[in-house]
Amino acid sequence: MAALINVPAKAKRGDIIEIRTLTSHIMETGFRHTADGKLVPRDIIASFTCRYNGAEIFRADLFPAIAANPYLSFFTVAKESGKFEFEWIGDNGYSSTASASITVE
Amino acid sequence: MPTTRRRFLSLAGGVTVAGTIPVITLRPLQATPAMLTTAIRNVVGEAQIRTGRVKLDIPPLVENGNTVPMTVSVASPMTAADYVKSIHVFNEKNPQPNIGNFYLTPSAGRAQVSTRIRLADTQKVVAIARLSDDTFWQVAADVVVTLAACTEEMN
Repeated sequence: MAALINVPAKAKRGDIIEIRTLTSHIMETGFRHTADGKLVPRDIIASFTCRYNGAEIFRADLFPAIAANPYLSFFTVAKESGKFEFEWIGDNGYSSTASASITVE
Repeated sequence: MPTTRRRFLSLAGGVTVAGTIPVITLRPLQATPAMLTTAIRNVVGEAQIRTGRVKLDIPPLVENGNTVPMTVSVASPMTAADYVKSIHVFNEKNPQPNIGNFYLTPSAGRAQVSTRIRLADTQKVVAIARLSDDTFWQVAADVVVTLAACTEEMN
């Protein structure tokens, strides 16, 4: 699935960097009805995890009150060059991953 | 409780259908402040919640409740000895009181999280931070919503 990741390509050691992620997902709340009165079943991303060189640095539990196409922004300290891995897990077996690299000087 | 248009229509609809289908279930369309309190207690337990240290940036007036930008930041040095463990965001009147739980580590550097949320009504949004010493700090913000999210009909 399409995900937009914004991580600085380069950073100085010790810098606080912002990580921004956006993924495409309907985030169907499970509270809406169709015109003929049927309940539209819930279909959301329930969990997001970010790992920095294998160590978890940020995790989020999401609920239907998160807008469609979940956007998340958070911070971390640039410690070493390496890779950020992102994982979204949701209803109906939904799973999606993305990654981004950073060079720390 | 005041008679709202929604409540009236759902009751009126129920009466009309009652002739043909015997069982009608009316599910509450809104979380109540009691549900908000319960959801908060599920996270903090019996601990005391203090006001302050947490900052909630959210527009006071939004036109479209389907996507409301929101930033929570906590005044914390974010060191191994003193950091923010988690940030929890709740609402008062969506069908469900939870919005999101965000778990941080000391390596975050800055205790700040942004996302976009849905608001089904004009209501209060509450952000609670759990610090590494297991104290809880909260802040609340009132948001006026002109177009509600979550429960509208699907076309």
